[in-house]
Amino acid sequence: MSECSTSCPAAEDPTLQRVRRIAESYRGKEGSLIQALHAVQSAYGYLPLEVQKIVSETLDIPLPTVSGVVTFYSFFSTEPHGKHNIRICLGTACYVRGGVRVVDRLEEILGCKVGHTTADGMFTFEIARCIGACGLAPAISIDDKVYANVNPDEIPQILASYYKAEEANA
Amino acid sequence: MIELTINGRKIQAPDDSTIMQAAELGGIKIPSLCKYKDIHAIGSCRVCVVEVEGARNLQASCVVKARNGMVVHTNSPRVREARRVIYDLLISDHPKECMSCARNRTCELQELGFTLDILETRLTGQQREKNIDRTPAITRDSTKCILCRRCVTTCRDIQKVGAISAQNRGFNSFIGSALGLPLGSTNCSMCGQCTKVCPTGALIATSSMETVWQALENPNVHVVVQTAPAVRAALGEPFGIPMGTSVTGKMVSALRLMGFDKVFDTDFAADLTIMEEGTELLERLTAAVSGEKVTLPMITSCSPGWIKHCEHAWPKELDHLSTCKSPHTMQGALIKSYYAEREGIDPKDIFVVSVMPCTAKKYEIERPEMQNGGYPNVDAVITTRELVRMIKVAGIDFAALEDDDFDAPLGLSTGAGVIFGVTGGVMEAALRTVYFLVTGRKLPFDGLHVTPIVGFDKIKTASIKLENVLPEYSAFEGVEVKIAVTSGLEGADILMKEVSEGTSPYHFIEIMGCPGGCIAGGGQPRTEREDYRILRAKALYTEDEAKALRMSHENPDIQKVYAEYLGRPCGEMSHHLLHTTYTPRGNFNEYLPAD
Amino acid sequence: MAKYAPRLNSLEDLQAIKDAFLAETEKYRHTVIVCGGTGCVSAHCADVLSALKKQYSVRGLRDEVRIVESGCIGLCALGPTVVVEPEGVFYCNMTPERIVQVVDKHLIGGNIILDYTFLDEKTGEHIPYMKDIPFFHDQIKIALRNCGAIDYDSIEEYISRDGYFGFAKAVNELGRTGVYEELKASGLRGRGGAGFPTGVKWESGYNQPGEQKYIVCNADEGDPGAYMDRSILEGDPHSVIEGMLLGGYTIGANKGYVYVRAEYPIAVERLSEAIETARAFGLLGENILGSGFSFDIEIRIGAGAFVCGEETALLNSIEGKRGEPRQKPPFPFQKGLFGCPTIINNVETLANVPVIIVRGAEWFASYGVGRSKGTKVFALAGDIKYSGIVEVPMGIRMGDIVFTIGGGIKDGKPFKAVQTGGPSGGCLTKDHLDVSVDYESLSAMGAIMGSGGMIVMDENTCMVDTARYFMDFVQDESCGHCVPCRVGTKRLLEILQRIVSGRGEVSDLDRLEKMALTIKDTAMCGLGQTAPNPLLTTLKYFRDEYEAHVIHKTCPAHVCKDMITYVIDPEKCRGCTLCARQCPVSAITGSVKEPHVIDSEKCTRCGTCISNCKFGAIMIK
Repeated sequence: MSECSTSCPAAEDPTLQRVRRIAESYRGKEGSLIQALHAVQSAYGYLPLEVQKIVSETLDIPLPTVSGVVTFYSFFSTEPHGKHNIRICLGTACYVRGGVRVVDRLEEILGCKVGHTTADGMFTFEIARCIGACGLAPAISIDDKVYANVNPDEIPQILASYYKAEEANA
Repeated sequence: MIELTINGRKIQAPDDSTIMQAAELGGIKIPSLCKYKDIHAIGSCRVCVVEVEGARNLQASCVVKARNGMVVHTNSPRVREARRVIYDLLISDHPKECMSCARNRTCELQELGFTLDILETRLTGQQREKNIDRTPAITRDSTKCILCRRCVTTCRDIQKVGAISAQNRGFNSFIGSALGLPLGSTNCSMCGQCTKVCPTGALIATSSMETVWQALENPNVHVVVQTAPAVRAALGEPFGIPMGTSVTGKMVSALRLMGFDKVFDTDFAADLTIMEEGTELLERLTAAVSGEKVTLPMITSCSPGWIKHCEHAWPKELDHLSTCKSPHTMQGALIKSYYAEREGIDPKDIFVVSVMPCTAKKYEIERPEMQNGGYPNVDAVITTRELVRMIKVAGIDFAALEDDDFDAPLGLSTGAGVIFGVTGGVMEAALRTVYFLVTGRKLPFDGLHVTPIVGFDKIKTASIKLENVLPEYSAFEGVEVKIAVTSGLEGADILMKEVSEGTSPYHFIEIMGCPGGCIAGGGQPRTEREDYRILRAKALYTEDEAKALRMSHENPDIQKVYAEYLGRPCGEMSHHLLHTTYTPRGNFNEYLPAD
Repeated sequence: MAKYAPRLNSLEDLQAIKDAFLAETEKYRHTVIVCGGTGCVSAHCADVLSALKKQYSVRGLRDEVRIVESGCIGLCALGPTVVVEPEGVFYCNMTPERIVQVVDKHLIGGNIILDYTFLDEKTGEHIPYMKDIPFFHDQIKIALRNCGAIDYDSIEEYISRDGYFGFAKAVNELGRTGVYEELKASGLRGRGGAGFPTGVKWESGYNQPGEQKYIVCNADEGDPGAYMDRSILEGDPHSVIEGMLLGGYTIGANKGYVYVRAEYPIAVERLSEAIETARAFGLLGENILGSGFSFDIEIRIGAGAFVCGEETALLNSIEGKRGEPRQKPPFPFQKGLFGCPTIINNVETLANVPVIIVRGAEWFASYGVGRSKGTKVFALAGDIKYSGIVEVPMGIRMGDIVFTIGGGIKDGKPFKAVQTGGPSGGCLTKDHLDVSVDYESLSAMGAIMGSGGMIVMDENTCMVDTARYFMDFVQDESCGHCVPCRVGTKRLLEILQRIVSGRGEVSDLDRLEKMALTIKDTAMCGLGQTAPNPLLTTLKYFRDEYEAHVIHKTCPAHVCKDMITYVIDPEKCRGCTLCARQCPVSAITGSVKEPHVIDSEKCTRCGTCISNCKFGAIMIK
């Protein structure tokens, strides 16, 4: 009748144990669910169901409530991200200055749609609502680095530098 | 008191009234949709907006408080126009399937369209994708959901289960479990309280009507029906019979007319439950007074919603549960054994239908434990609401029916069986018998009603001192039996917390999953009347008091079943047929390993 | 400056810090301020700063020159920027090489390098001094008084400019009622957009009974294209802390929360450090400056939801819940955070408070017009020459902001519209350039003051598409709680999408208007109630553009892709084949030295060919 819908708790993997420890540090603190989710996401990378379940049990908040919060806020992700996070600013200034063309070109080059991760796991590609570089529109950020006044034609070059760095590391 | 002007009329209202409440006092009805009684007002649908002089925007009258001197217009052109646009918006994201919807003509959204005199809807656009989540008990169609969140309030704030909540945001919002898992993979208790408050067809009890019709039409199947105590207390309501009237006789007539081969009463099995559960309690108490290690308090197990909740929330405390099956599954087990043998019918040809006030029982009959000899104890559960539908489909003029009697041998019951349908009833029925068995006297309460546990308080407690006991129970002399009764899962958790911490002072606890007990079960007719629990309870107590026999052990047919078939309560045969086991479950409804 | 942390117990202790700092800095010949605002960070100001530090060590200037990394100076378009004090010389577009020369020629040689200073394109001349540059000339810096002028990391420098003296004055002279009376007299109104009088708000907080009260700083600056609050948090975090301290003292709250959006990691970092420092100095914590008043601040980081800028949604978010708004009343001052009386102010509002207390209501009220007193910070962006952060007195002409301060439109194109207030605001046209920038005048035009986003658009902007852009934004950010916003913004967006794709009908315009007005009238919170504003104002002021889309199926600004075609002028095309090679979808064909042709079916209107054609042969029709 009731199937085991997720893996039954056997020996918990060490990252999940870490998640549990992080969540425990928020136990009993009033209204700390969002802060706990931030901390857990930065440790685990994203917030899949099993991670949410740990947060729910530790903070004694019903799982659907936790998931309701996770899915409400765009900063929380239930899917793993690529190695690098590209955020294309589509704040008004960047929109007016041609940000959409940057998006179109990136979709074409990366072969994946906004909100998804490339097949090789290198890039996750998202839209940002203003990264505050309005004076330098259109802008994109890759991880913490901001690229200003982006011309769509420069994009292959920018991406290539990340692949190059990757090769160098390998 | 404050005074305000609504539609030009001066209206006085208590200080804390909302505009809507004040308007109602003045005889002005403001249309609304998301609001539900006094338990849920979040101003989300905006249908109840009104014009308040001095305010820039229209105000949601269900949540905005009336103030002294306020001037309100509830029916201005601006208000009417706003409501129409809102209705148009609502309908633009709603499947136009009214003709084939379970809530056709009982849908509040549909009703609202009529109230607002909507003759045309113009907006079209993207609609949410069809995604039907069906469990044996509850079926959810999120495209019909208008996000009023009554179900969330009921599940989270009333039942304190919190199996569903708002997910995502904006147009992609939906009400569901974590990350949209199917309800069957969650800690949902299947109590079905959500299906009672849903204004549309988004949450309904999963229908079993078609299987029942098919069984009825099959000449090779012997179709037996049984009806739970609470059904008779509410079944008359949708047929215009005043609330609080027990319609047992008409119900039996209707079932016969529908073609059931036998019409039995689950009240009989309630009496049987008292024999089994009462004996089990006496066994545990005997062991306790003689210093043996035994699990107390013992907790009733008639309510499958409560049972599932307990398995999720209190997986380590399952030993406290009585091992008795719920009455209708006991009855089903007897029908396919005792009755089948007696009548010479092969149990494989018997189809048992239970008419229940409950959605959880639809789920319960699919539990692997609920079968004997390879035959499910019960083949189909229909709710009271489904029975209403079937009576209407069959073209029966219910209100005009003559009374009729249940069939023998599983149709005779005592008053104790009848009150199983209301909170405190199982406890009272058990005490009537246990007290009598131990002392040889009737319970020392007026009309046999254990007053402290009658009524709708969340937690009700009492203690009964056993004095001048019969010689065979001398060990109980002077023992004070402490009991507690609760209904609704919030109360259950309060009592279970004490149990799990080892501080529970009680010997015996009655828990029913739905607030008020089965009379207010998830499968009962919907009503917005505030006093419906009181009236339905009254129907049962009246029937109890009218019975010649008021104590389960007095039931001659019960005595006969033991004499002819079962042997003794909690004996080997009973254990085989009438008792069950429980399963620890996690939040994803997965089985938890035993410790 | 060495970081030591004396606990300050009195006004005298505060004064001593100020005196010591001023005495210490007096010995320097120059102060070099390197802008560390996000704009300049994106333009790699860190490289400039490290080159500067290296060079001044090499040249032995440690005792003569003080280097300050400041918050945003404002002129983001020309970053990285550097100011050399005391002369006030403004260098722009700095590079590591250029800064080395500034050290050698200016700091040591005493000669300003004119070529690196601001170039006035109108006259073709360089303007070396900051005060003479039109961008700065008409600005009045009150909220931004320290931004870009001081080391954001130095509490001593903040104190040296009368920082925390406002709080000292409040506890020693004004008392709790005195603070809100002063604010009421100053005419300060909420800078988050709604413009509610701050003094009145604090007075209600003061009068509200309650054991536990809270003050909350709303730093969830969500309007796309607006970053005023971030500039303050990054450039002058102590002004916000002191503002909250004053608020807490006035209303009787000993706990404050700053709700910062997650997109602002640098602001969070700088604010956290400032809070730590303030605690170390005893300016947060128990018995502050010996007043008997205790107060502390906690930062809560948002998680990416525009609606959390709405004050009741923000409270829910601080409580760790979904950021859905609450029904008002009860208002937060009655029942706010964790059910307690709560006063919520925006960053810019709080940054204004300390200086008003120090300098007095009369001084503040001397700026501005009518019921709009003081100044307003705007983030100027879009098709404007000098985009950046500006602070102007209320009542300034809109046209002066765009053309004098902002330098007009980029590339000399004609001005078309200015959008204020972000997704809640409206678009104004060239007919409104004379409008006075104040709360009342802007509302009268259907726009709003808003939190300070100001996006300038040139003639190449399609106003229907702009309305669609904002509608897309709000419908994506709608929390989903109430029907008008959840479904209404979706339906409005769908109609707008239909119009920009050439499938609109004339009747759509009435439908849009009717629905928009109902949403405005019935939505639960400010987000929904203002969501239709960009649509309604563009419908009002640019109706001809909508009509062109629905009647003639053309986009006058040549923006809406489904209504334009790219064509190559055979007269101008030299057949260089560059466009054909660059076209990502191979829509261009032609032989070498022959005019090329674009296949309209294949063409995605991406614009690559236009930006690459050296002969201007490709046109949009």
